[in-house]
Amino acid sequence: MHSKQVRRRRAVLAAVVAVSLILLTAYFGESASSPLHSVQRGIVQVFSPIQEGASQALSPFRDIASFFSDTFKAKSEVKQLRNEVATLQGELANAQAAKIQNIQLTNQLKLDNTNSIASYRPVAAHVIVRDPTLWYATVEVDKGSADGVHLNDPVTGDGALVGQVSVVDPNVSIVTLITDHTMAVAAQVQDTSGDTGLLVPAVGNPSQLVLQYLQRNAQVQVGQQVVTVGFKFGQYQDLYPPRIPIGTVTSVGNDLANNGQVQVAPAADLRHLDAVQILTTPHAGSLRAQVP
Amino acid sequence: MSYESLRLPLRLIALALFAVVIQEAAVSQISIFGTSADLTPLVVMSVGLLAGSVSGSLMGFGTGLLVDMMLVQTLGVTSLLYIAIGYWSGRLRELRDPSHGLVPMAMGAASTAFAGLGMAVIQFLLGVDSPVSFLLLQQIVVAVLVNTLLSLPVYAAVRRLIQPALPDDPRRRRRRAYTTGGLSPLQRPSSRLGRMPRTSR
Repeated sequence: MHSKQVRRRRAVLAAVVAVSLILLTAYFGESASSPLHSVQRGIVQVFSPIQEGASQALSPFRDIASFFSDTFKAKSEVKQLRNEVATLQGELANAQAAKIQNIQLTNQLKLDNTNSIASYRPVAAHVIVRDPTLWYATVEVDKGSADGVHLNDPVTGDGALVGQVSVVDPNVSIVTLITDHTMAVAAQVQDTSGDTGLLVPAVGNPSQLVLQYLQRNAQVQVGQQVVTVGFKFGQYQDLYPPRIPIGTVTSVGNDLANNGQVQVAPAADLRHLDAVQILTTPHAGSLRAQVP
Repeated sequence: MSYESLRLPLRLIALALFAVVIQEAAVSQISIFGTSADLTPLVVMSVGLLAGSVSGSLMGFGTGLLVDMMLVQTLGVTSLLYIAIGYWSGRLRELRDPSHGLVPMAMGAASTAFAGLGMAVIQFLLGVDSPVSFLLLQQIVVAVLVNTLLSLPVYAAVRRLIQPALPDDPRRRRRRAYTTGGLSPLQRPSSRLGRMPRTSR
């Protein structure tokens, strides 16, 4: 009797471990259109109404918890924000002068100026599910292909790039955030020479990105804004439109001289996204950086 | 197959679905010290402690698969980790039968640490192109602390749900009897039952 129980226990353990390993191996080697991926998308579709309902029903509890965490966070941010306001007031005056000059030069050169966010036909969506793990940074939103969303559409939140659509179903989509370890974005520092590099996440630190492959003598400084490049080379185009803000350079140090990389803080609060905009026609604007 | 034999599996399936939906729709969206609590390893650990290694490993497999499916992650990764959590929680119950009230707390901390570190190891084995911050370890430690605080209420809730469906365990019945002073062989009959009636010769 005892040995029968032991055999049963070991058989169950071996079976579930074997099934897990088979799934892991099969999934890892498959393309996105494979049967396992299709089943996964089907499960997402089936559960999305339940998750949406649960998300709405539980929103009061989330709001209470967020109230306390936001209060503690707000206290620590007051001093930092006051300093930023003082700096930004100076920059605003310069920006207004530059804007007027830009309009005049754009008219003189007859450049297409349709690269504002509105021209990419944004679709507003609510976040209904967030991924809690440190390794996978994804959110599920309540808009899908029925609303005009496509695979790989760029997604913005708080006025900055937050990720791209990685799974689309008729009513929901999964957005992979720029802090997910599978993501990389071609980005440009808004310094005098417009240095470009590849922006990748720092796994384990959701409030930090790393801009790699910069020239080691680049004139990058703390506080400079990092935006999407939006390059176009023949038939090849970047997934993202040009000049969408991504974040701000927070640390340069010896990392730039030694490794050609700087630290960047995302402009959007990626851990507290409630609403996002999906740019459904990301290549609508014709003004792009050209690769020589 | 009778309804009695299906009671426990049905409750475990409902529990796994409920735990994953609540986790993704609400708990994961509440940030505590920069990280979120994760109820799913705690639920798997609780099932292992209450129902044994077979139920624990099956619950771990099912819950892990559900998490991977719903979050569009690599299938099988979370299942592998949760199988180990459910199995070893169940083995602890079968080998030691721990009765101390803080055992779920210790097991909750161990389960969360195992899930966090195990996920890191598997991701490294699968290949990570991005730089990895040392803050990953800090995040895992914070998650362990948060989950440790939540493990007792989660264990109590799981016990309340699945205890009525568990088969009666003779060891537990015997221990209950000892602690209530009912059937202990160490007690002398006279101290429990009073003076024994003498039979007339």
